[in-house]
Amino acid sequence: MRVNFTVNGRPQEADDVWEGESLLYVLRERLGLPGSKNACEQGECGSCTVRLDGVPVCACLVAAGQVEGREVVTVEGLAEYAKQRAEGGCGTGACGTTLQDARQWRATGTDSQAGQGTELSPIQQAFIDAGAVQCGFCTPGLLVAADEMLERHPNPSDADIREALSGNLCRCTGYEKIMDAVRLAAARQGEAV
Amino acid sequence: MDFLRPASWEEALAAKAEHPTAVPIAGGTDVMVEINFDHRRPEYLLDLTRVGDLYEWEAGEDSVRLGASVPYTKIMENLRTELPGLALASHTVASPQIRNRGGVGGNLGTASPAGDAHPALLAAGAEVEAESVRGTRLIPIDAFYTGVKRNALAADELIRAVHIKKADGPQQFSKVGTRNAMVIAVCAFGIALHPETRTVRTGIGSAAPTPVRAKAAEEFLNAALDEGGFWDNGKIITPSVAKQFADLCAGACNPIDDVRGTASYRRHAVGVMARRTLTWTWESYRGARRHTEGAA
Ligand SMILES: Cc1cc2nc3c(=O)[nH]c(=O)nc-3n(C[C@H](O)[C@H](O)[C@H](O)COP(=O)(O)OP(=O)(O)OC[C@H]3O[C@@H](n4cnc5c(N)ncnc54)[C@H](O)[C@@H]3O)c2cc1C
Ligand code: FES
Ligand code: FES
Repeated sequence: MRVNFTVNGRPQEADDVWEGESLLYVLRERLGLPGSKNACEQGECGSCTVRLDGVPVCACLVAAGQVEGREVVTVEGLAEYAKQRAEGGCGTGACGTTLQDARQWRATGTDSQAGQGTELSPIQQAFIDAGAVQCGFCTPGLLVAADEMLERHPNPSDADIREALSGNLCRCTGYEKIMDAVRLAAARQGEAV
Repeated sequence: MDFLRPASWEEALAAKAEHPTAVPIAGGTDVMVEINFDHRRPEYLLDLTRVGDLYEWEAGEDSVRLGASVPYTKIMENLRTELPGLALASHTVASPQIRNRGGVGGNLGTASPAGDAHPALLAAGAEVEAESVRGTRLIPIDAFYTGVKRNALAADELIRAVHIKKADGPQQFSKVGTRNAMVIAVCAFGIALHPETRTVRTGIGSAAPTPVRAKAAEEFLNAALDEGGFWDNGKIITPSVAKQFADLCAGACNPIDDVRGTASYRRHAVGVMARRTLTWTWESYRGARRHTEGAA
């Protein structure tokens, strides 16, 4: 079947989708967006977390056909999404991230050699600055979940952070640096206002 | 496989009547796991996420009519006062991502003995509104669970909503697991005090082939509270009464040994949870009583 939906602010179309396929498979294998990770396919790890109509969900547990006409934000579109939020919406009418850009998207924060390129969202920059990324497999899901939490709780308590990230497993960091990163992003967000 | 996408409740019922083997999919947090792991290859998937009615709830005089697909997150955010037991139970389900998708309709559809909504529904008192093209019926929650992962729905029926009694007293939910998040209950216990009818109801999860009430324990406690005039005098429940209640709750279990725990551990833990949650709810009943008496 064919599925039409919005990915990172742009309309997309996936063809030859099998009816039992997950949104995660469609994103990774049909649209070429491997940012959302596949680690368990059973909702346990959160590494496939995306936003579906604004709400964080496990993409591995959403049937492809269920996203018809809906809006999905993946980690590849997070920087642009956060930017638009900070600017209070899309002024130019040409916002969002094209499939081409999303496929080539890579982190080029202040830490990178690459110099030019995409700006990072505050949460992405904070993860780099706090050393919250080791192997990086859990990172995309954590970024999407943490960014959404900061949207709801600009001044999160540690309990808020732990609760919001309780569906995301990390096998490397021991979580402390991840907590630091989210606290850092929240603090910077507070300064900016 | 075919993906059926009804746009309304009527269309969904018609589709289920035409294809009784179709597997409904709401939040997908049970169904998709089975499909991803090839445990299930249904001929038809019946997507319910376009049926807006299923995401709504109404609080009536005595009960809340909770749409089958209202996600746990919404229950926690909006129904804490009316349905405190279910709100507490919802908060223990999996993770935010799962709670944003999954709901009570899916929990009832799966009818796992470990489903967290069940003890809360049993304790509060509830009826499942099942509908087909043939009509609507209300299934008492006690009659809904018919076996391990089996329920009373007919092949052409869908769950439209659950009617849950609004709390008229304190409620609690308790669950044993290895950590707070993402844990399937080793066992779970729900309790609801109903001062209006002067009764206490219970629900036990993961300690029998189906979710069950501890009926003998309820009867014992109702009689003991009545005899001692506890509802009126608001005294602390005698430790021997609490202990007997806990023992009878443990006795209502018919658990198995599995990877999550042994049968004897489950029985023991249900007794402990029964005593604790009875104490917590009774303390808050006494507190509320003192408060209203003080005000009078
Ligand atoms: C990682 C993980 C952790 C979990 N942890 C918990 C937990 O801690 N506690 C817990 O209780 N559960 C847990 N679950 C199980 C699951 O999230 C719940 O059972 C949830 O309530 C299912 O709701 P759903 O809408 O996602 O159901 P779905 O997967 O969409 O459906 C579940 C079943 O119900 C049927 N169904 C759905 N809606 C209807 C309807 N309206 N009428 C008739 N049949 C219907 C479906 O056909 C299917 O058989 C967990 C699942 C995962 C993946
Ligand atoms: S891959 Fe989806 S939660 Fe693990
Ligand atoms: S950084 Fe390796 S899993 Fe989290």
